[in-house]
Amino acid sequence: MTAFAIELQDIDKRFFGVPVLRKISLSIFCGETLGLAGENGAGKSTLMNILGGNLQPDSGRLLLAGQPYRPRNPQHAAKAGIAFIHQELNLFSNLSVAENVFLTDFPTRAGIVDRRVLRRRTRELLDQAGLDLPPDTPVHRLSSGQRQLVEIAKALSLDPKVILFDEPTTSLTQREKEHLFSLIARLRSRGITLIYISHVLADLSRICDRVAVLRDGQVAGIGPMADFSHDRLITLMAGRSLDLQFPPPISAPAPEAVLEVDGLSRRGRISGIRFQLHRGEILGIAGLMGSGRTELARLLFGLDRLCAGSIRLERQPIQHLSPRQRIARGMAFLTEDRREEGLCLDGSIGENISLVAAASHTRRPLGWLRLDSLRQAVAMIRDRVRLTPTARDSQPVRTLSGGNQQKVVLAKWLLVHPRVLLLDEPARGIDVGAKHEIYNLIRQLAAGGAGILIISSEIEELTGLCDRILVLASGRLHDEIPKTAFDPERILRSAMAGAAAAAAPPNSALP
Amino acid sequence: MTQTQSTRRSVRILRRIVASEYLVLFLCLAWFAVLAPVAPGFATPRNLTNILAALLPLLVVATGQTMVLITGGIDLSVTSIIALASVAGSALVTGAGGLLDASPLAVPAGILTMLAVGAGVGLLNGTCVAILRMPPFMVTLATMMFFSGLAIWSTQSRSIHDLPPGLLLAGGNVWISAAVALTVALAAHLVLRRTLLGRWIHAAGQNPKAALVSGVPLQRTLILSYLICGLAAGVAALLITGRLETGSPVHGRSQLLDIIGAVVIGGTSLYGGRGAVAWTAGGVLFLTLIDNSLNLLSLSHFAIMMVKGAVILFAAFLDTLRSRLTTGT
Repeated sequence: MTAFAIELQDIDKRFFGVPVLRKISLSIFCGETLGLAGENGAGKSTLMNILGGNLQPDSGRLLLAGQPYRPRNPQHAAKAGIAFIHQELNLFSNLSVAENVFLTDFPTRAGIVDRRVLRRRTRELLDQAGLDLPPDTPVHRLSSGQRQLVEIAKALSLDPKVILFDEPTTSLTQREKEHLFSLIARLRSRGITLIYISHVLADLSRICDRVAVLRDGQVAGIGPMADFSHDRLITLMAGRSLDLQFPPPISAPAPEAVLEVDGLSRRGRISGIRFQLHRGEILGIAGLMGSGRTELARLLFGLDRLCAGSIRLERQPIQHLSPRQRIARGMAFLTEDRREEGLCLDGSIGENISLVAAASHTRRPLGWLRLDSLRQAVAMIRDRVRLTPTARDSQPVRTLSGGNQQKVVLAKWLLVHPRVLLLDEPARGIDVGAKHEIYNLIRQLAAGGAGILIISSEIEELTGLCDRILVLASGRLHDEIPKTAFDPERILRSAMAGAAAAAAPPNSALP
Repeated sequence: MTQTQSTRRSVRILRRIVASEYLVLFLCLAWFAVLAPVAPGFATPRNLTNILAALLPLLVVATGQTMVLITGGIDLSVTSIIALASVAGSALVTGAGGLLDASPLAVPAGILTMLAVGAGVGLLNGTCVAILRMPPFMVTLATMMFFSGLAIWSTQSRSIHDLPPGLLLAGGNVWISAAVALTVALAAHLVLRRTLLGRWIHAAGQNPKAALVSGVPLQRTLILSYLICGLAAGVAALLITGRLETGSPVHGRSQLLDIIGAVVIGGTSLYGGRGAVAWTAGGVLFLTLIDNSLNLLSLSHFAIMMVKGAVILFAAFLDTLRSRLTTGT
């Protein structure tokens, strides 16, 4: 008999060639509550997804109660006694509470769902979860906190030995959070092992026995919660990691603003954002996941409608313009998810690179393309972003590596000479060499007079590239940090403090 | 040794044929080669002209359909457009009580009416899909029912005869029909390959989200492609009316699956983003060859449907195989 509920041994995981977990080893005692802390992208969720059967490790071993454990899918993990409460809730809002709880395992009699048993067992589970609701309530009527408890009831229906919580409190009010914590205490007293991921350090200190800090896919520190002050946790989380070389600045930002934003708001997402972006400046936006970083970029580019505020590009108001018109005024937006929104993966490299610029390589009035000049422009820009020369223009973008795909997106925008570039996670999921080349390009663009806004989860990337960093928390600007005061710890602390402050007063919770 | 080498070589050639974007032309050749000796009168010049005459209107509608399929949509209303355009244009100019009977403007007005009906229904489809964001399948299924109902109701399901010769000229003479159809196909080919709109149509079908972020005017693109599709159906109405010398509310009625089948057999993706007019032309030729040759074998209409169904299924299977070969999964 072993004292460990779960043991991870040398777990490795890569996404598209980029290491996310590096030889992680971690042992979790039976019945303990282990906190997992770490920056965005440190590998916390990936680790949980491996335990929960959503992902398979590339190498390494998992042991569950001393036995080898290789979950092929979430059902398999659930059968082995591991329940996973996700960050974003996975309930079907069109179904009732009872139907959601027993979705995968309806009690039946002769092949027909036995509603009476279904209701009775759901009521028992809801009791355990501390939720006083009729089992037939449709889920769409529930608050996020109640939905969280339904998720837990659903997990309990499988009689789990281990429950994984991935940032369960992000959408809860203070009262709902208290309720959740008392439930967690009850689960602990029943001997269930809990793994709890959170950015809110105070919550970790309150409910966890031990804490493990992840950084760059490795365990940066682990031990009894009492041994870890918040300062120590943050230092461990932020500590210098990858020795990435950032190219030095080529020129200094000019004094005049190219983009002026004032009072920018979108209900429930962003409120009262005000800042200026200068010519030749690289401005960073830091913030935790859900802080409104991407929403801000989408508002600036006109993809979502704003509720209030003004955006001026070179003194001209542009908040009423469509993305297409903003592109014509000199704006560009490299989106966070290049597969979803950046590329036509089945289109050719040439088509993708020239998609935006094609409009300016035509003969009126028929929109006849000047294919020769377009081809030349593509060849020139391919050279500039150093796209792999072995790929032909006619080759589908899908066949390229992540780094080269990202270069295609960048090339597409560089071809129209933007004066304001919004870059959302420009170096996500690409190899170090390509990263470096993209950083160089960003520097050159800034030197050419463009204003550049970089959103990144990697704080090092921001401190290495930016002239100034804005910290976003819960949709508000929480801090502005000049280059002279760059300090990864301060940025992280500020982002987390902002998120905690916004979560504290229950009445200010987002509608 | 040599035997395995030669089988390996023939496997490689087979793979290349299956992976070719003109697979359907190979299928046409194969079909022709197999049936020419069997089907009486199949390979005679007279029959080949028949094949051409039957193929041209189908080519015109299928060309328009190709554009809509590339955007990731579908237009089921094309056959109702053919019917409505045919009766509207004919009713206007018929010698049996048409408004413009014997007027010198009769022919151009009749032609313009057919085109306008096509463009009008296309515009309605495009507006519903692009601006109201309704699913293309539902929108065009509904407009198909409505407009084919309208065509039959307004004519009391009678055909319209006694049309001026000028109106029948385009469809009546196979060479003029060929010129019209090839002009439409060539124009559509050039729009798709050589114009900005063509780029937008492909991008809209490949990834509408990315297209929007890249400044593609999605709504305009979608509306234009449905409008062009409707217009092409209007042209087809002119050809069919001329060939059969009547305006009829049942023109094109049984052809919907031939139209969409031809486009898809040609290799245009039902999921959008991939397609070409030249491929569609191959698909149209293939289906027309099957139809014609089985007719010559004097199979019944229903037997022909069974064979066509089986052949389309087989072609769809080859298409799946091909995309697996070319993407390497």
